[in-house]
Amino acid sequence: MSVFFLRRILTLVATLFAASLIIFLVLDALPGNAAQMLMGADASPDAVHALTVKLGLDQPLAVRYLLWIKGMAVGDLGNSYVYGTPVSGLIAERLVLTIPLAIMSMLITVTLALAAGIYTAANHNKLGDVGVMSLTQIGIALPNFWFAILLILLFSVKLQLLSAGGFAGWDDGIWPGIRSLLLPAISLAVVQAAILARVTRSAVLEVLREDFVRTARAKGLGKREVLWRHVLRNAIIPVMTVMGLQFANLLAGTIVIENVFYLPGLGRLIFQSIANRDLIVVRNCVMLLAAMVVIVNFVVDVLYAFIDPRIKVANL
Amino acid sequence: MSAPLTASAAAAAIAPGARPATGFWRRALRHRSFVLGAGLSLLVLGAALLSLVWTPWSAYDIDVASKLHPPSAAHWLGTDVLGRDIVSLLLVGARSTIMVGVIAVGIGLTFGVCLGLIAAARKGWIEELIMRLSDFTFAFPAVLSAIMLAAVAGPGMLTSTTAIGIFQIPTFVRVTRGSANAIWAREFVLAARAAGKGSFRITIEHVLPNILSILIVQATIQFALAILAEAALSYLGLGTQPPQPSWGRMLNDAQTLLFQSPMLAVYPGAAIAIAVLGLNLLGDGLRDLLDPRLARER
Repeated sequence: MSVFFLRRILTLVATLFAASLIIFLVLDALPGNAAQMLMGADASPDAVHALTVKLGLDQPLAVRYLLWIKGMAVGDLGNSYVYGTPVSGLIAERLVLTIPLAIMSMLITVTLALAAGIYTAANHNKLGDVGVMSLTQIGIALPNFWFAILLILLFSVKLQLLSAGGFAGWDDGIWPGIRSLLLPAISLAVVQAAILARVTRSAVLEVLREDFVRTARAKGLGKREVLWRHVLRNAIIPVMTVMGLQFANLLAGTIVIENVFYLPGLGRLIFQSIANRDLIVVRNCVMLLAAMVVIVNFVVDVLYAFIDPRIKVANL
Repeated sequence: MSAPLTASAAAAAIAPGARPATGFWRRALRHRSFVLGAGLSLLVLGAALLSLVWTPWSAYDIDVASKLHPPSAAHWLGTDVLGRDIVSLLLVGARSTIMVGVIAVGIGLTFGVCLGLIAAARKGWIEELIMRLSDFTFAFPAVLSAIMLAAVAGPGMLTSTTAIGIFQIPTFVRVTRGSANAIWAREFVLAARAAGKGSFRITIEHVLPNILSILIVQATIQFALAILAEAALSYLGLGTQPPQPSWGRMLNDAQTLLFQSPMLAVYPGAAIAIAVLGLNLLGDGLRDLLDPRLARER
């Protein structure tokens, strides 16, 4: 038990370090001088030098990397080159939008996908199966930002039920905020749910063919009991793997969807920071997103061991 | 979706090596999703090829005087805000779409499958290293790595395609290694080992053929995902750059005109959806046709 977790945690930490190193090298070492980029090509060399010193960019690369790591450990991410305010504050005020959005769309995704996947597998090759699977086939093909635009066309332009964008915030209670995240969350969820539903269906079908299912049926268990007691637990591993993988897509999706709905979330922050050449904000945002993906996949890995003890043994 | 159990499919299921080529095509033409998928994919491919030699109007010439025309005999789907013909833009857009998909999946498939096979065959610290590396690349979704690359190298089609390709590698690694591991645990691999075959020969002769259909399905899904990612990046302004037409870019232009010309936001999205749907159906069909074991069960 403890050996398994210790190894997983060590690789998690190593992965996070490697990610931070790559992000730092790509964003801070390659472009040359961030100060020059900030001030434009025709800025005077003296002014550029002054800004370089002010931002601490004159220090060696290794020192700046270690300072960044140390800063992350104590929660000080430095100040935005453009706004001059702490980066941690900028990120925190964006996360109150992006995290609820991600959670909402993941909940919609899992609900839709498990329902559709189990239903279609249980009704394999019947009309309902073919119908739902055709729908998921179309769902997978939809670009989520186009689906978002179609939702805006329907609910905002035609029916005028919901606003075409913007975020109401959480100050007036929870509902206005959820209302403004509803269309974005649905547009993110529909495509993901279509994929996950197909994975769930094939995983369940795969397990239904196993010998132990036949044994369970032979000893007199009903179809429904076998499905819930034996099949789902065994089918959930591939489903969870895909869910973990989808989380990365979901976060990437929020960057796009936030731009469709003009939502002031993390995605918009990254995007504006690129436009403003505010590389310190880009660096920390990318690190945060990468860390979220790595940690979610770590949790999925650990959950495997709880669901299927054979995996833990195999990994020792 | 479901292929009826035919005599030839049953025969193929018993002796997979003895499938005659003519039998494949006879079965293929009777397979609904294969035919539909191949048709849609050929439509997109045809549009891309056609745009090389002919478009109704130039997709690059700006004619503001005739902007936002409704569909007419001259402009079948109307014109955009710069007066460019929508049909011509869609045709040329198909070209960038296919190019991005081929390059990105090429990168992902080549590196991903090799690494996945090595991980499954070698185990130990090599597997650990490959899987950790892939976990770690996985932390950078295509949009995110494209954003990072765009922040330093400037936005563009090359940047976005490379980013998408790199992001595809870990998916192929995971899928390859996962399904290869399952094959390695089977009795016939044990038998092959007992017969004295080395891990390289087992990988090529037993593992790869048995996971091929999974890889085909994955590759079509990844091709579709590459198209979707490129569209998203172009929509954000990080992918294909103007004046080169691209479907994602067209959607971005159209979004500011939702109340004036809603249809402008419909065509490019439909084009993306058709391309992706076609590829997915084609992959499904191929899986059924190439893998008799799966075909029999679906």
